[in-house]
Formats: sequence, C-alpha cells, structure tokens
Amino acid sequence: MTTAVAVRPQDRPTIGEFFLRAPAVGPALALLIAIAVFSLSTDTFLNLDNLSLVVQQSLVVGTLALGQTLIILTAGIDLSNAAAMVLATLIMAKVYVSGASGIFALLLGIAATVVIGGVIGSLVTRIKLPPFIVTLGFLTMLTAAAKLFASGQAIPVPNGLLTWLGTRRYLFGGIPITYGMTLALLMYLALWYALTKTPWGKHVYAVGNAPESARLSGIKVKRTLLSVYLVAGLIYGIAAWQALGRVPNADPNAFQLGNLDSITAVVLGGTSLFGGRGSVIGTMMGALVVAVLRSGLTQMGVDALYQDVATGALLVAAVAVDRLARRQS
Amino acid sequence: MIAQPTLSARGLVKRYGRVTAIDGADFDLFPSEVLAVVGDNGAGKSSLIKTLSGAVVPDEGEIRVDGEPVHFRTPLDARKYGIETVYQDLAVAPALDIASNMFLGREKRRPDVWGRLFHKLDSTAMRAEAQQVLDELGIQIKSITQPVETLSGGQRQGVAVARAAAFGTKAVIMDEPTAALGVAESAKVLALIHRIRERGLPVVLISHNMPHVFDIADRIHVHRLGKRVAVVSPKTHSMNQVVGLLTGALRIGENGKIEEVEAAVRAGL
Repeated sequence: MTTAVAVRPQDRPTIGEFFLRAPAVGPALALLIAIAVFSLSTDTFLNLDNLSLVVQQSLVVGTLALGQTLIILTAGIDLSNAAAMVLATLIMAKVYVSGASGIFALLLGIAATVVIGGVIGSLVTRIKLPPFIVTLGFLTMLTAAAKLFASGQAIPVPNGLLTWLGTRRYLFGGIPITYGMTLALLMYLALWYALTKTPWGKHVYAVGNAPESARLSGIKVKRTLLSVYLVAGLIYGIAAWQALGRVPNADPNAFQLGNLDSITAVVLGGTSLFGGRGSVIGTMMGALVVAVLRSGLTQMGVDALYQDVATGALLVAAVAVDRLARRQS
Repeated sequence: MIAQPTLSARGLVKRYGRVTAIDGADFDLFPSEVLAVVGDNGAGKSSLIKTLSGAVVPDEGEIRVDGEPVHFRTPLDARKYGIETVYQDLAVAPALDIASNMFLGREKRRPDVWGRLFHKLDSTAMRAEAQQVLDELGIQIKSITQPVETLSGGQRQGVAVARAAAFGTKAVIMDEPTAALGVAESAKVLALIHRIRERGLPVVLISHNMPHVFDIADRIHVHRLGKRVAVVSPKTHSMNQVVGLLTGALRIGENGKIEEVEAAVRAGL
C-alpha cells in the first residue's frame, strides 16, 4: 500500500494516446502542412493579405461549426444550422430595410435562431426524438420558410451595423483584421473556456459520453442538452451576422451546403460523432484547413469541383487516421 | 447497549403490476460494519437496495437514517444524506479523466471571483483531493488526469469505490463490485472494502460470491421471496447453511436455531 506518492512515474504516452488526449494536435499539424505546401507551390499564398482573406472566408462556416461542435459533443447532429442562419439573415435584412434600427434587426434575427434552437432542443429532450430526424425536418421547413419569407428574392443589405463585421477592420502587426475575425476568435475562446473550465462543460462531455452515468452522478441531463441547443442557436444567429458581413446580401439560396460544411470542419477537428470527445480548438483548425485548402487550390488553378473532391478525400483520410490512432492505444 | 442502526428499513413493499418485488422487507445496517446482502436471482435484493439508494420509491414501508424517517425520491436525495452507491456498471464517463469522474455532478468551483462570476472549476483542488482519496485507499494509477477508459477493470472499480468513499458520510452501497473482475483484482476490491470500514463507514455489499461474502462480511442478510428471512454471522454459520437459507431448504426456527424445512413441515402436520 502506498502512502508516499510524491514522485509519479509519468509513462510516455504512445502516439495513439497522444492523439486521444490532445485531439487538436492532428488538425493543427494538417493545417501547418497545408500552409507549408501552398506557400512553397504558389507565389501568392503566403502573404498577410491572403492569409487574412483565408480566415475571413472561413468565418461563416467556422461559426456554424462552433455550434455544431457543441451539439456533436452531446452525440447529436444539427442538419438545420445553415438553414436557420439563412432565415436569420433574411429576417435581419427585411426588418432593417423596412426601416427598423440595425440593432433591433440584428437582435430579432438572433432571437429567431435561439427560439429555433429551443424548439429543437425541447423535441430532443422532452419527446426524445433523435436529433438527426428533428433537424432533418427543420432543414426542410426552414429552407422553405426562408424562401417564402423572402418571396424567393435576395435582399441587399445597405452598409451599417449589419455589415459591420466585414467592413470594419484594423491592422494588427500588418495583418488586416476584420471585426468579424475578432468576434469569431472571442467566441471560440469563450466556448473553449466554458467547455474546459466550468462544471457546465464537464456536464456536456459527460452527457455525450455516457448519459446514464451522467444521470446517476446527479447531472441534469435534459437541462444540459437543452442549454446546448440554446447556445448553439445563439451562435447560429451570430453566424448570420458574420454572413452579412461577408456578403451584404441576404439570399435564401445561399449556404445550402453550410450544414455539411460545418460537420466537415467539426470532424476534421477531431471531434467524435459518437459524442463526448473533441474540442472547439480542433474545430477552429478544421474550419481553417478547409479554407486553406480551397484558397491554395484556387491559386494553383485547380477547378472548384476538384477542390470538393480534395475536401471530401481529406475528410475520409482524417477519420481513418483518427480511427487508426485509437486502435493503436 | 445496542447501537442505533445507521440505515434501517421496516415493512418495505414494492409492486410492479402483479409482481411483488419487495414483500414486507426489513433491513438494518449498523455503524462500521460490512453487511452482505445475499439472495437468489429474483429474490428482490436489487429492488431492496435501490429503495435504499433512492433509485426506486417503495409503495409502503419506512426508511430511517440514524433513526430519522426519510423519503428518497431520487438517488440525489440519498446522496444528500451521505449514502453513496457504487452501481454495477460503475456510472463513470470513460472519456473523462479520473478527477473529473470523481467530482462528476458536484464539481468544485474556485472560491475567488473567477469561480463566483465565471463558474471556473477548481481543478487543482479537485485533483489533489481525488489523489488523496486514491492514496488513502491504496489505489494506484499513473496520473489523476488520465481518462478512465485507459484503466483496467479493477482500477475503474477502484475509482468508482473511491468516489463513493470520498463523498459517503453515512454508508456506501456496492452492487456486485467483484462480479466482473479476476481473482487478483477482486482481492484488491475486497481490501478496499476493508479500508472503507476502517475509516468508520459501514458498507452494504450485494454479492453472489459466497467465499467473498464469508471473507469480508460482519453479518449476512439473507433475502428470499422479497423479504429478509435471516441475518446470520459468518463466524457461527457455514456457507452451506447460508445457501440453504437463501434457497429455502433451511429456515430459522422459532427458537432461533436453523432447521430443515421439510422436517418442520412434517412436524407441523
């Protein structure tokens, strides 16, 4: 029986354990490799303006992926996040051009995605419907609702608070930084903190990893799940603001693959679709990897369809590597 | 003087439709003892234990903690009275680390502004406390921050038991803690139960394993057909007698002695 345990022999983890414990290491490596490859193979990739642009191009999907990460951590999935966001852009645009203040339009759009998150969360927790089915239904409904609401027309958004995230910028060490980039970074930091440094975060991971154990440990499983869907809804509302900052035009036909793109970023970031494992830092890397890949391939003159092929192949490869690392440990 | 039971029950009844799982069961756990609960499959051991841990609400009867009547509606209610349960499937989250699992559902927040305003976890304190409990119980692990899924079955059991020992102030209930373990790991868990009793906490041990029961129990509660039919001591009774009691071949007669049932029936005729 040991009583003195001052020195604890810390066995070196195997490569598999290393990836298991720090799931963001793999995506970070992939990001560095991609940046290195495109920096060497093109003259245009590695300059501060282009790198800033790459980040700006990842903002909308990156923000959607942040909410998606939360839901996937609870072993759920959200197919309707981009549709909710598009509806929110239309609400913001229509309310604003009809003469309301920018802040009112913005808050109304964000309120809409929070309410949608609350309804989806209630259906998942109270009636115990699978998130896949609920959000598939909401994807269909919200896509149609957005088109009906906008009468099928895109609504141009005049400059102002609603486009602020893309138009306002400052220089940081020579790099053009938009307000949108700053906000996204703050949101990632806030969620990283909430997930890793607070009891709520521990509960989210536990509910996703072992719901029955969580219940027996005294965690309010339903309340935790509902909170996840509400927070994700809030994030999708802010994603709508980011979208108007990128393109000042609320288009009911935009971001039709935004849901799948967000899932790609989450999975590339090393978060498990079975719940309970993953990190928002990984998701940030995942979103950036996709943006770097697209930008780099564009500058190499690769056709957009081949870029899709590359992104898909990368996704499958990432999951395969993840599975092999797990098997090794 | 007879000590007051730490945890006791009188006349518990629980029916599921036409099935009576608990049929007027009594129960007594005294301070600093290991009480084994044995019974055949379907005798109602689990239902009885679940009423004591708050997982099942009895239809009739009374539960007392230190003589005070209590009403457990959920496992949380029982925990508030200091009664901790180690479930058969352990109720751990395999992907979370040991310290997180030990404090799951009752995490500590930092006492400063960060803790109050931003709910910041006091990870340092929780890890130190978790490490201390594991050390006290002699459970050896590589690191308090390693995920529970990297532990062996016995170590996982150790973590679940340590969690119960850390938070239990009245009693620890263990449901078949050695059922899934090998010989060496079972021995460690039994040693763990010893140490918990040494710390002054009484332990309720539900087990099918008679050698384990006779190795560790101070008293044996025999459960049959939904009620307590005997409480015997492993010092004065044999394993065969206990098996006879739980299968119904033997019973405790009116004079307090064990008698064969057929003989008794014949005498009654």
